[in-house]
Amino acid sequence: MATLTLRNVKKRFGATEVIHGVDIDVDDGEFIVIVGPSGCGKSTLLRMVAGLETVTSGKIAIDGRRVNDLEPMDRDIAMVFQNYALYPHMSVFDNISYGLKIAKMPKEEIAERVAVAAKMLQLEPYLSRRPRELSGGQRQRVAMGRAIVRKPSVFLFDEPLSNLDAKLRVQMRLEIKALQKDLGITSLYVTHDQVEAMTLADRMIVMNAGVADQIGKPLDVYANPATEFVAGFIGSPATNFVPPAAVAGAPSGAARLGIRPEHARLTDAGSGRMQGVVTFSEALGAETLIHLVLPSGAPFTVRQDGALPRPVEGEPCGIDWPDGADIRFDADGRRIALP
Amino acid sequence: MEKRVTFKGWTLPLCLLLPQVAITAVFFFYPAGQAVYQSLFIPDPFGLKSQFVGLGNFNYLLNDPYYRASFATTAVFSGLVTVVSMGIALYLAILADRLIKGAGTYRTLLIWPYAVAPAVAGVLWMFMFNTRVGVVTWYLGLLGYDWNHVLNEGEAMGLVVAASSWGRVSYNFLFFLAGLQAIPKSVIEAAAIDGARFWTRFRTIVWPLLSPTTFFLLVVNVVYAFFETFGVIHTITSGGPQQATTILVYKVFSDGFVGQDLGSSAAQSVILLVVVGLLTVIQFKFIERRVHY
Ligand SMILES: Nc1ncnc2c1ncn2[C@@H]1O[C@H](COP(=O)(O)OP(=O)(O)OP(=O)(O)O)[C@@H](O)[C@H]1O
Ligand SMILES: [Mg+2]
Repeated sequence: MATLTLRNVKKRFGATEVIHGVDIDVDDGEFIVIVGPSGCGKSTLLRMVAGLETVTSGKIAIDGRRVNDLEPMDRDIAMVFQNYALYPHMSVFDNISYGLKIAKMPKEEIAERVAVAAKMLQLEPYLSRRPRELSGGQRQRVAMGRAIVRKPSVFLFDEPLSNLDAKLRVQMRLEIKALQKDLGITSLYVTHDQVEAMTLADRMIVMNAGVADQIGKPLDVYANPATEFVAGFIGSPATNFVPPAAVAGAPSGAARLGIRPEHARLTDAGSGRMQGVVTFSEALGAETLIHLVLPSGAPFTVRQDGALPRPVEGEPCGIDWPDGADIRFDADGRRIALP
Repeated sequence: MEKRVTFKGWTLPLCLLLPQVAITAVFFFYPAGQAVYQSLFIPDPFGLKSQFVGLGNFNYLLNDPYYRASFATTAVFSGLVTVVSMGIALYLAILADRLIKGAGTYRTLLIWPYAVAPAVAGVLWMFMFNTRVGVVTWYLGLLGYDWNHVLNEGEAMGLVVAASSWGRVSYNFLFFLAGLQAIPKSVIEAAAIDGARFWTRFRTIVWPLLSPTTFFLLVVNVVYAFFETFGVIHTITSGGPQQATTILVYKVFSDGFVGQDLGSSAAQSVILLVVVGLLTVIQFKFIERRVHY
């Protein structure tokens, strides 16, 4: 139970700055997801909060207490690693109770807490096994168990689901969300998977090359991306970007327009706001993705209902979208507010 | 996981094994057989004929107080060499593991002593501690300490232990460093987050995960101290003073080649053969069990 505050946090490795000043305020019990492409500094940011990496400048505070110079064990946090980082020579019980034993908790209380956690995570049959005798999903649960028994003020997750297969990932995602709601522990969760971010987050932070481009509720971020990067990163398939000059009746003042594939639709050739030629289409069942090429050579994707007729490859088409569906950006990639 | 290759017939596998079998036969089975054979005889002083005595040589040895003393000396010596060389190596490996800048140089420098032959290392240490011209002896003299390993048994033991451990530190260091670096960083970090400080982490995580390496080195170093330190002892103390540094292997040499008691010397070799056999069995038995934590 705590708040977490980052103030203008920067990180430099040697001469290269990888985090360029990040500000975050996490409320008590809130689930924050940091999402961004590989190498943008998500792990680095998380590791600074954990105390595994020094902070070059700025301030990190947990529950109002500055923790910059505290060792990891003095910060009252728990972390789940991408590779789980279980202790290979200890049983599941010993793995989960390791932190409690170090804190010199009485034996009965340790047994009780482990029992509660094991029940919650369905680990009861495996308590005497070694990590190598567990499946990936079970190891993941042990790592979660190790984090929750200590009842820390803050949970940190570094891509905890990326080593699991697609189905298990969906299941664990729901479990993590339910668990966090249950325990009400402030959480910071790092992922490069936007679906995870959208489904888990109370609020999400989109990171781009060491900068937090946007912080907000998932649906707000989707509906109102603050930058071109965010518009391109959140939403699948990715937003189409076109220069206004290529669009009939384009608004003035914008340097680039973003059109989400789900907002665009195909029309007869010669009508609509733009013209293109169909290159191929992917029928996914409920929906169909139609890939076109514009006269400029740039690609454009339209997402339409699976029941609609599919255009033939090589056929010229018009592209249209409702008024106001275009997202406008200035030359620096910042969103231009609608007048 | 077991990988099996299946051969049709016997010719090819026999041909493939032949070189190794031949080398083992010529350099191990033949001399070992000779040793066993000779251990049953006492040759006359001129080596013209020998008399069969059965287990007489062994019987005599096991009741010989000097031989028993040599057993004790060997135990002390190999125990000290193993503990000293492994202890220092582990300490240096822990430092090197945490080092980022200059790790390469540090490692290279630490490996050098391993390239020095035991006899050369012995001569080096002998000169440093020579009772008349040794540099270290001279400095110790300035400090008021009168170093004389030629007369003092404890100092003699200390010196051969130091000289034998010195080159060994490199070897152990390499294995310990590799062992430490094989432990995933995130496991150590997880322990730190769980509240374990450096010593607790070392005791509960690093040391157990390092135990296969430690055990392997333990056996290898005992074998080294038993059999490969001959050069060091021969150059520095020649087993003296008063046999204080006469380990079993050195006694084989001094009784056989200096004392010309070939029967006893052969019997001692056979006893050593049994010791090596035991050590090897222990190593295989334990490694099989301990490696899979
Ligand atoms: N110890 C280090 N020394 C130097 N540079 C580093 C170090 N750790 C990370 N970096 C650099 O910092 C940047 C951010 O790394 P980070 O691990 O935080 O990325 P990430 O967002 O977690 O990526 P991924 O999704 O691939 O895990 C990268 O460009 C990386 O090369
Ligand atoms: Mg990462």
